[in-house]
Amino acid sequence: MSITVPEPDKEVVVDDPALPSEPSPAVTSTRSVEIAVYLLLLALALVLGFDNWRTGIGWASDGPRPGYLPFYLCVILAGASVYGLGVTLVKKTGATTTFVTRDQLRRVLQMFVPTFLFCVLTQWLGLYVASFLLIAGFMWLVGRIALWKSVITGFVFSLAMFVTFEIAFDVIMPKGPLEAALGF
Amino acid sequence: MEAFTLLLHGFAVLLTWKTLSLMMVGLVLGVFVGVLPGLGGPNGVAILLPLTFTMDPTSAIVMLSCIYWGALFGGAITSILFNIPGEAWSVATTFDGYPMAQQGKAAEALTAAFTSSFIGSLVAVLLITFLAPSIASFALRFGPPEFFAVYLLTFCSFVGLGREEKQKTIISMTLGLLLAAIGMDTVSGQLRMTFGLDPLLRGVNFLVAVIGLFGISEILLTMEERLALRGHSANINLRVVLRVWKGLPRYWVTLLRSSAIGCWLGITPGGAIAASFMGYNLAKRFSRDPASFGKGRIEGVFAPETAAHASGTSALLPMLALGIPGSGTAAILLGGLLVWGLNPGPLLFADHKDFVWGLIASMYLGNVVGLVLVLTTVPIFASILRVPFSAIAPMIVVSCAIGAYAIQNAMFDVWLMLLFGVVGYVFKKIGIPLAPFTLALVLGNRSEDAFRLSMIGAGGDLRVFWSNSLVGSITTLALLLLIWPVVSSGASRIRQAIAGGTA
Repeated sequence: MSITVPEPDKEVVVDDPALPSEPSPAVTSTRSVEIAVYLLLLALALVLGFDNWRTGIGWASDGPRPGYLPFYLCVILAGASVYGLGVTLVKKTGATTTFVTRDQLRRVLQMFVPTFLFCVLTQWLGLYVASFLLIAGFMWLVGRIALWKSVITGFVFSLAMFVTFEIAFDVIMPKGPLEAALGF
Repeated sequence: MEAFTLLLHGFAVLLTWKTLSLMMVGLVLGVFVGVLPGLGGPNGVAILLPLTFTMDPTSAIVMLSCIYWGALFGGAITSILFNIPGEAWSVATTFDGYPMAQQGKAAEALTAAFTSSFIGSLVAVLLITFLAPSIASFALRFGPPEFFAVYLLTFCSFVGLGREEKQKTIISMTLGLLLAAIGMDTVSGQLRMTFGLDPLLRGVNFLVAVIGLFGISEILLTMEERLALRGHSANINLRVVLRVWKGLPRYWVTLLRSSAIGCWLGITPGGAIAASFMGYNLAKRFSRDPASFGKGRIEGVFAPETAAHASGTSALLPMLALGIPGSGTAAILLGGLLVWGLNPGPLLFADHKDFVWGLIASMYLGNVVGLVLVLTTVPIFASILRVPFSAIAPMIVVSCAIGAYAIQNAMFDVWLMLLFGVVGYVFKKIGIPLAPFTLALVLGNRSEDAFRLSMIGAGGDLRVFWSNSLVGSITTLALLLLIWPVVSSGASRIRQAIAGGTA
C-alpha cells in the first residue's frame, strides 16, 4: 500500500524565489495599529449607536423595541474599545513589537492590489476572464514563473472553474463580453 | 438501543454510489485544503459550500463534513514533514512530529498522527451517537427563555474562559452580534443600521464574512510570512503501520485522556486548538520521562492529534442537538444547514431523521475511509507543497470570490469579502480573536429572537430568565462564567496578599 512519488526520507526543499531576507525596517508598531483600531471601533460604535437610538431603544409594552439590543451592544463595544485604548496607552504594550516591516507590507500589497484589481475586472469582464488574468499575471509578475506556464495554468484553472460551476453545478457567476460572444 | 437502529438506518441512507463518491471527493478536497498553507478547515468548508447549494441536504452535509475530516487529517502532514502546521490545531503536533521526521521516522510519526486522529474522532462520534439524541429530546422542552439562556452561556463562556485579553474577545463578539442585527428586524419588520444602502437590507451574510475573515486574510498573512520550506518526504508502508499499531495499546492512558479532553473542549467552545495543546501538556506532565518530549517521542504525536480530532468532531454535538456550534467550522456547517432550509436544534432529530443519522453514519465511514486514504496517499499530498505559492494564492482568491458571489448572486458580497479580508488580517495581527465573531454572527439573530420572544411571553419582565430551576441555573451559570476572570484574579490577589503577609 505505498505509492512512490518522491524518494522516501529524502530532503525536500522549496525555495521562495521572491527575495531578500535582510532585516527590513518597521513601518509601524503593533501599539499604533491597536490604538487606531480601537479608535475606529469607537467611531463605529458611536455611528451605529446613534442609528439605533433613532430606531428606538425604548421598552414597548411587548418587550424591547428594535433598536434596544443593538444599542446596548454599541455601548458595550464602545466601553470595550475605550478600555482597550486605556490599557494600550497606559501599559505601552506592543510599542516595541513590529506590526509589519516594509518588506512584509510590500508583499502583502503584492497580494492585495491584484486581488482588488481582480474584483474590479470581474465587474467588467466577468469572473472567468478576470480569474485568468489574475492567475496568469500573478504567477508571471509576482511569482516570476515562465510566461507560458503562467498562461497555461491560468487558462486551465479558469476553464475548470467554468465547467464545474457554470455547467456541472449550475452556479451562476458574473459573465462578460467573452462569454456573451461564445453564447453563454 | 434505539440509537443503534437509527444509526443502521443512517448507513442505509449513506450507501448509495452518489453519496459515497461525494464523500471521497470531500475527503480528497479536505486533505488538500488541510495541507495547503493559507487555507484551512473553516475556509475550505466555507469556500466549497456554494458547490452544495443545488444538492440535497444529506449529500451536501456529507460532502462538507468530509472536507472537515480531511482537513483535520491533512493538517498533520505538513506539521510532521515540514514543521509547518497546516492548521493551528496541528502546532502541538510539530513538537515531536518534526523531530521524528528528522530522525528518519517520518512514516511512524505520520501513521501515529493519522491513527490517533482516527481514535479521537471515533470516541467523539460514539459520544454523539449516544448522547446527542438524549440532549435533543431533553431540549425539546426548551422554550425561548431556555434557548436564550443557552446562547448567553455560550457567549459568556467565550469571554470568561478565553485566553485572549477580555476586551478583545468582547469587541469581537459584540461586533459579530451587531453585524448580525443589520438589515430587516425579524420581529417588527423595521430596518436597522442600513444607512440607506440597498444591499444591506438583506444583512451581512455570515458566509461572506467567513470567507473574507479566514480565506482572504489567511492568504495575506501567508504572503507576508514568505514561503520557503525545507522538510522531508515520507512513504508509509504496511510494515510501519502494523508496527505502530502494535505499540498502540501501551499508550491507552494518553489516548483516553486526550480523547476526553478533546470531547470536553469540543462541546464547550474551547476548540481543537486549545485541546491539542492541553492534550500534549498533560501527556508530558504525567509522563515518567517528561524531558524526552520535544525530541521525537511518539506519545507527543498521539496526545495532541487525538485531542484535536476528538474536539473537532464533538464540536458538532451541540450544533446538531441544540443549534449551537462548538467551533468555527461547526458554525459554518450550521450556516449551511440554514441555507438548505433546515433548522438546527432539537427538532432536527425529530423531523429530519434521514439527515441527522446520515450525517452521523458519515462520520464513522468518513473517518475510516479518510484514514485509509491518507495512509496510502501521503506522498502525493506532500508533493502539493512543491507547487509554488504564487500559483496557489491567486487560485484561492478566485475560489473565495466564487464562493462569496454564489451565496446571494451579488457583487456587493465580493467587495464585502475583500473588506473582511483586510479586517481579518489586522485583527489576527493585533490578537483580536475571530472565533467569537463567527459564533456571534451566526447566532446573533437566533439569540435576539429568543430574547425578544421570551420578553413578549413574559410581558417584558426580565425575571423570566429565573422563572424555573432549569433556565435559572443556566442563566446563573452564564453570568458566573462571565465574571469568572474577575473572581479568579481577585482570589489569587487575596491569596498573594495573605502569603505576602505571613512571609
